[in-house]
Amino acid sequence: MTESTPAGPAIVAEHLTRRFGQVTAVANVNLQIPTAQIYGFLGPNGSGKSTTIRMLCGLLKPSDGRVHVLGHEVPRDAEALRMHIGYMSQQFSLYKDLSVAENLEFMAKIQGLDRRARRTRIDECLTRYDLGRLLTQRAGSLSGGERQRLALACAILHRPALLLLDEPTSAVDPQTRRDFWESLFELIDQGTTILVSTHYMDEAERCHRLCILDHGRVVGEGEPQQLIDDIDAHVVEISNGDLRRVRRALEGSAGVRSIAQLGSRLHVLMDHRTTDPVASAREALGGEHEHVAINVVRAGLEDVFVAATGAATEAAD
Amino acid sequence: MRGIKRMLAVAGKEVRQLARDRLTGGMVVGIPLIMILLFGYAINMDVRHLRLGIADQADTQRSRMLVADIQATQIVDAITMARDGAELEELLRRGDIVVGLLLPADFERRLTDPTRNAGQLMIDGADPIVQGVAQALANMPFAARPPQPAAASLLAVRTFYNPEGRSAVQVVPGLIGLILSFTMVLFTAVAIVRERERGNLEMLITTPIRTIELMAGKVMPYILIGLLQVTLILVVGIWLFDVPLVGSILDLYIAASAFIAATLSIGLLISTFAQTQFQAMQMTFFVIMPSILLSGFVFPFDGMPVAAQIAAQILPLTHFLLLVRGIVLKGAELGELLAPMRNLGIMFAIAMTISILRFRKRLD
Repeated sequence: MTESTPAGPAIVAEHLTRRFGQVTAVANVNLQIPTAQIYGFLGPNGSGKSTTIRMLCGLLKPSDGRVHVLGHEVPRDAEALRMHIGYMSQQFSLYKDLSVAENLEFMAKIQGLDRRARRTRIDECLTRYDLGRLLTQRAGSLSGGERQRLALACAILHRPALLLLDEPTSAVDPQTRRDFWESLFELIDQGTTILVSTHYMDEAERCHRLCILDHGRVVGEGEPQQLIDDIDAHVVEISNGDLRRVRRALEGSAGVRSIAQLGSRLHVLMDHRTTDPVASAREALGGEHEHVAINVVRAGLEDVFVAATGAATEAAD
Repeated sequence: MRGIKRMLAVAGKEVRQLARDRLTGGMVVGIPLIMILLFGYAINMDVRHLRLGIADQADTQRSRMLVADIQATQIVDAITMARDGAELEELLRRGDIVVGLLLPADFERRLTDPTRNAGQLMIDGADPIVQGVAQALANMPFAARPPQPAAASLLAVRTFYNPEGRSAVQVVPGLIGLILSFTMVLFTAVAIVRERERGNLEMLITTPIRTIELMAGKVMPYILIGLLQVTLILVVGIWLFDVPLVGSILDLYIAASAFIAATLSIGLLISTFAQTQFQAMQMTFFVIMPSILLSGFVFPFDGMPVAAQIAAQILPLTHFLLLVRGIVLKGAELGELLAPMRNLGIMFAIAMTISILRFRKRLD
């Protein structure tokens, strides 16, 4: 068994493709996922995030392409890989009719920990994830945040080298989400590689690297800041004025890729070929609306996401 | 070693969940109790107290004697008198009586002539069991015409193993098999599908647990539950219905274990096809209905068409009925019942192999 060194990538995927009948859920995805980092899959629902993660941990067989995870060829050596991965599915998948302690105990036994290791690991997790006082409570009666902590604890009892999280925070509040990400960074410090899928921008921004998926294809990949710097669009914000009418005037104009209202501002994505986005925007508005203020602003990850997914749609058209 | 620990962990978890699941827990005890009480009391195939109408047109000493003798059998209760055959027919048609006894005016003369029937039994043929009973009644020797040596029936009927012909004795051993095939198939089929439905399986299959460990762990508690049900049915059967246990109780438990293993493996097989618990239940009925009808539990096996007999061979209950009736009623030893034991073993091996091959640790 070849353990990957911190220098080498934890996961390499080439031309990864998955078809469900006529539908291609994941199309020709290439990935190099570095060790001991948080790697995020960002994409709307149905973009192929879950399918990709499931293929990487051997739950689904790729229709095409090759995958190496922690040096194991998947799905051929998926069984050997399973000793080294932890997986949290979208749906809460522990036993709701068992207590917190019983769930932990069961998962520790399934992972093959011996009695002593079980006791120490469970104690550690109870303390770290603040589950000690919930020991005898049934998992079904836990709050969203508590369930999530329990699921994470169960997924890492055996100290996996790779942790796969499929939309882990879709059912919890922002504070719980922050705490959850803190614990993910702790795991990174211990050398764990983490793969996480999300459709939240704030979560995506916390990843070391990101892969933006749309309709099963990779439409952007890199460090979040790099993606923002390299955005192939201009972002302007328009304020002061009848924003609804401004919006109607801009819609469909040449060079305007997307418009979103943020309170009393319009956030407009302009084509990257435009040399002077402010002038183009004024031009698009015509003679009216001269009193509106138009400023170029820094792009955010959401702009990257919109630009990338929009571009893919254009290319497909 | 780790494999065994993982299997025990699954089994332990299953027992905990069962203990907390009131519905399933209730079914473990409830189904056998309800079924044995139903079959033991309500579905009584001993026919007694059929409503009889009498038209005694002869009204002689011997005709009255015959009426008294027939009533003494307790098979029929005379509830009404009629003038003639036509009136009896009307009573039959209205459903007031199910048997009519017509003794014509020339009854005495007919009695002396061995070639003629002295009277007539009129029977409601809509009920197959009544028909059989009345037929038997007609063949009974009564003092009115003492059986003459020449006219004695050619064959004497002698009933073995259940001389009184009590239906509880016939039904209870078979009921062990019927209840087990119902509960065991259903419980295992549902047990795995439930994990699939609730998303537990998606997480379990990313762990190092092997298919065989998971399946064996899931199934183990149900073997014990099955044996518990056997005990329950036996105790009630012996205590309430005086079912004799002629053979060895150890043999019975060994045979029951083999049968439980075979039915559980069929439940597992179903679980690899069903996506939802509801589908699992529907498929269970595909196994249960033929088991009831073809195994010999309700209809005598030898009376069935050859095609049905062949089809019945793939049902575990067919083989278990041979075992359980042999052991409980006839005192047979397992050594004499090797063929059905072997068949159950083959079924277990085949169903288990297909289940394990079909169950993939993948979602596709």
